[in-house]
Amino acid sequence: MNTKNKKSSKGKWVFLGFVLLLLLVTSIVDAAKIQPILKLYSKTLLQIAPIFILVYVIMVLTNYFVNNNSLKKHLGEDAGSKAWVIAIVSGILSIGPVYMWYPLMHDLQKKGVKDRFIATFLYNRGIKLQWLPMLILYFGLKYSLVVLVVMAVLSIPQGILTEKMIQKIKLFNHKNNTLKF
Amino acid sequence: MALIDFHKLKISHKKALGGIISIGPIILGVLLLVSIINVMIPESFYTKVFTGNLWLDALKGSLLGSLLTGNPVTGYILGNGFLSAGVSLIAVTSFIVAWTTVGLVQLPAEALALGKTFAIYRNISAFIMAIIAAVLSVLILQIL
Repeated sequence: MNTKNKKSSKGKWVFLGFVLLLLLVTSIVDAAKIQPILKLYSKTLLQIAPIFILVYVIMVLTNYFVNNNSLKKHLGEDAGSKAWVIAIVSGILSIGPVYMWYPLMHDLQKKGVKDRFIATFLYNRGIKLQWLPMLILYFGLKYSLVVLVVMAVLSIPQGILTEKMIQKIKLFNHKNNTLKF
Repeated sequence: MALIDFHKLKISHKKALGGIISIGPIILGVLLLVSIINVMIPESFYTKVFTGNLWLDALKGSLLGSLLTGNPVTGYILGNGFLSAGVSLIAVTSFIVAWTTVGLVQLPAEALALGKTFAIYRNISAFIMAIIAAVLSVLILQIL
């Protein structure tokens, strides 16, 4: 994991370096475009800077209240509609890179938690509560709420669809294997 | 028993601050990239790619969002850039939803952790749902 973190940390700076290089190339190719580019850049930076205070507060709160153990306790119980709610809410509240959650998901899968709940949890990771202020800033409150609610609702058929497809492919593979013998 | 666990709060603060600082270079880079793209690429380019067809635009947006990856905020910045360049809201929405829910880059890691079959079919269904989510969201927004 340490090597992975180091690689990803280096990658960020490589990316920034690449974009700065692109800016340099642009200034050589078309120098007149540099001023509008930098003007737009500084305007956007100033626009998003205050949002990070709110992002920080939400991140502290989710880090404080949500942890792997509480999720394991609740999602581990196959409680029908309750499990759907837990999968959705915990997916929304879970923070950090997705690979941090793979060991827990693997553990739950081994303990018999249905694929549909794991898929729903992973889908709801797309709804990032801590980045909601940024989404609202760019797209407005109405749009943000509609998209996030639609995503949360669709995460249920998405979980069911994932599980159905897995079951179909397993059945297909099983039939093929049976026919061979 | 203390109402607030200050040790836990300190850890939460460190994690949050670390999380924000760690994506700093990415945000600075993406904002600059979007500024360069917005100024250099004419709107006509996007209108040629995204023709205004409801389902086709949603499909293209979802494809683009699935192929690219990164922090959600990066997707929002790019999506906003596309929108201001004249790309339809439906394409931008499917792009954002696919960006945050489909993970082709993380697919090998997901396959190792949860199984190849699970990882492949979860990503396929998430890709389909990104298109449906975009169409539904835009339809709801039109009604509201």
